[in-house]
Amino acid sequence: MADLTSNFLGISSPNPFWLASAPPTDKEYNVRRAFEAGWGGVVWKTLGAEGPPIVNVNGPRYGAIHGADRRLLGLNNIELITDRPLEVNLEEMTRVKKDYPDHALIASVMVPCEEDEWKRIIPRIAETGCDGFELNFGCPHGMAERGMGSAVGQVPEYIEMVTRWCKEATDLPVIVKLTPNITNILMPAQAAKDGGADAVSLINTINSITSVNLDLMSPEPMIDGKGTHGGYCGPAVKPIALNMVAEIARNPGTHGLPISGIGGITTWRDAAEFMALGAGNVQVCTAAMTYGFKVVQEMISGLSQWMDEQGYTSIDEIVGRAVPNVTDWQYLNLNHVTKARIDQEACIKCGRCYAACEDTSHQAISMSDDRVFDVKDDECVACNLCVNVCPVEGCITMETIAPGAMDERTGKVVEREYANWTTHPNNPSATAAE
Amino acid sequence: MPQTNRENGVSPARLAPADVQANFSDLHPAYDEHEALVAADRCYFCHDAPCMTACPTSIDIPLFIRQIATGTPEAAARTILNQNILGGMCARVCPTETLCEEVCVREVAEGKPVEIGRLQRYATDTLIAKGVHPFVRAPETGKRIAVVGAGPSGLACAHRLAMLGHTVVVFEARAKGGGLNEFGIAAYKSTNDFAQKELDWLLAIGGIEVRYDQALGQAISLDSLQGDFDAVFLGMGLSAVNALRLDGEDKTNVSDAVDFIADLRQASDLTTLPVGRRVVVIGGGMTAIDAGVQAKLLGAEDVTIVYRRGQEAMAASKFEQDLAQQKGVTLICNATPVGIAGNGSLTAVTFAYTETRDGKLVTLDETFTLPADQLFKAIGQKLGDTPDALVLDGGKITVNDAQKTNLANVWAGGDCASGGDDLTVTAVAEGRDAAMDIHATLMGAS
Repeated sequence: MADLTSNFLGISSPNPFWLASAPPTDKEYNVRRAFEAGWGGVVWKTLGAEGPPIVNVNGPRYGAIHGADRRLLGLNNIELITDRPLEVNLEEMTRVKKDYPDHALIASVMVPCEEDEWKRIIPRIAETGCDGFELNFGCPHGMAERGMGSAVGQVPEYIEMVTRWCKEATDLPVIVKLTPNITNILMPAQAAKDGGADAVSLINTINSITSVNLDLMSPEPMIDGKGTHGGYCGPAVKPIALNMVAEIARNPGTHGLPISGIGGITTWRDAAEFMALGAGNVQVCTAAMTYGFKVVQEMISGLSQWMDEQGYTSIDEIVGRAVPNVTDWQYLNLNHVTKARIDQEACIKCGRCYAACEDTSHQAISMSDDRVFDVKDDECVACNLCVNVCPVEGCITMETIAPGAMDERTGKVVEREYANWTTHPNNPSATAAE
Repeated sequence: MPQTNRENGVSPARLAPADVQANFSDLHPAYDEHEALVAADRCYFCHDAPCMTACPTSIDIPLFIRQIATGTPEAAARTILNQNILGGMCARVCPTETLCEEVCVREVAEGKPVEIGRLQRYATDTLIAKGVHPFVRAPETGKRIAVVGAGPSGLACAHRLAMLGHTVVVFEARAKGGGLNEFGIAAYKSTNDFAQKELDWLLAIGGIEVRYDQALGQAISLDSLQGDFDAVFLGMGLSAVNALRLDGEDKTNVSDAVDFIADLRQASDLTTLPVGRRVVVIGGGMTAIDAGVQAKLLGAEDVTIVYRRGQEAMAASKFEQDLAQQKGVTLICNATPVGIAGNGSLTAVTFAYTETRDGKLVTLDETFTLPADQLFKAIGQKLGDTPDALVLDGGKITVNDAQKTNLANVWAGGDCASGGDDLTVTAVAEGRDAAMDIHATLMGAS
């Protein structure tokens, strides 16, 4: 059996599945139940400065996007950081950590952008026995209007500055949580690194309006006839998060900076994908909010089975394994030729591949009177759209054309040698291949 | 033209071999991967799921379905087998329509439950086909336990005990293991010799020896088992059958439905199995349905199941009743047999109508007669001879919540024990639970 034990920044946990800082980790009651259900660690819901607690709206806090059968694909929230007194949170964290010494407990923190505020609260929180800190520079709603959360995360200089203050205030690991609401994730990541961060975690939620109430002409969730943008999360954001994680992992300046992957992780496979792209562990929220804490059991059994099947014995062996294969478009092999293949046995004759190809792609699928669909190799550019719209998994696949064979579309023999855009004759700035 | 043998009496080969083969194909064919994924996708992963509560073995159904949905049917199988080592057979024979699927929230919402039984089969078949036995034994404890009966409860008990590190000897009365899984289930529910394959796969854990032709009270005695072993589990099922107590019951071609079902399962060529042109089955449970439907599938022209009470009182589930009617079997309710006619061989059965008055079944004067070449009695089974020292309750061995009998270090489970509902899945749960109590008792004492 594969060993799922995770050691992220020297913080060990029974598995790499942590609950992200969010409503599920708001209090002792939840966190104890989460640990009992199998979660390896939690990032406690963001703590704010001492004083009168934050207030939340008293109307709906969430909006959602559903797929077929009302499967929740995306969730948007306008909830702020913890609205419970700091002292209560600290007492609860202390008790929980004492009872669960082998589980990870990270404190998420967000206070105004002033040095003494950060330097006062960090040591105080450290007294709980927590294993590290996560600086919330990500929340895009509410707190950002007050100069915190993503308002800090969108300014690399602030990230670096606050990270440095925190590193000066503690010996514990400091993770900087990044907002995706920027144009280039490398800049905040680099700033966190420059400030001395031990790791980055990403992504936080994405600015979003999930829907509009067309009767009352207001965004949802609607509070007394008005709405505001919220933070978007759940399965729908996973591709965005994967790309940002991969960019940090492969960029020379940030390569090697530990990453805690967040963004729509719902199954073991999602988690494995994040880790393959460089995440040392993963954080989950929406899946737990949709299905309950028990959902982690599938993540554990699935990751374990997959690792056994692949012969991986520890988490370290999978972290970053796909990073060398993330490249720029210009380095993709233009001599790699594939064609769509339809398995006639598996085909249910819905015709979606035909509609997609005929109407919107390359007119490379034929349809007979008796609804047999075939690929026209002389038209197929191997765009993969038919694969993606086919409702039957594995029915349409891409077959690689062997070097030496003819590509009927181009009339050229497929070449064995790798060749990319940088050397292509059509590229005005092509460099000589020799 | 299909070949049809309309000869009166009881005769083999009423249908062409190909038709018989088609008739006895898998009742619920296995899902392919695509079907399994589509079916799994419908599960809502309910909290504290009603299906799980309805399962006598408490399989974590939402979890295993999610594991199928995420492409790990092997992990799903482990989830199932952790709770129910005969999850493969239960997936085939459980009356899911009255258990997990009846309470599925999608049954309530849409009248169409998640097909839990077929998903369970997909998961367990996947793992068993890989030849993987997913459990390893704990270190040897040195304790030896005798299990009487290699049926569902005995096997579940033996497997759990072996897993906990004990050494188990199973004493089986017949020459073959599996109990009702092998001898008592309609052939179209367990095709391709699945019961024996599952048995072999189960025994792969090690630490279990099965001795055949070892009937309790004949080759072995409870006294000797108690003397030779640290504990004894009794799971010998119900070896005797109830009688009609009617004149003519001894006529040729009047027999017990359980024997007909067993013969069907053991026949290597179903066309050699004789069946009547007109068949009457007396009873209202699963055995009656299994016998009636299979008689029809073998080529009987008329098959009538006659039950003495109203249809709502039938022990056979609605699904099974519908299946019988779909296959062309006639159900007659509120009629009880009063006469068996025939000169040597059976020719007709006479029934009197019945009525329930003040909760009591009353036989009326009005009668009707069904011509019949063959009569199957499916009016219940009962415990065979048991050692006098065992306390019985309603004709079954009295057990407590932990399946313990009145005797020191003797446990019992399955159909021979009190409580439960005579389902395979219940027998598995009882065998497993007895094993846990045996383990706690033996290890606590050491």
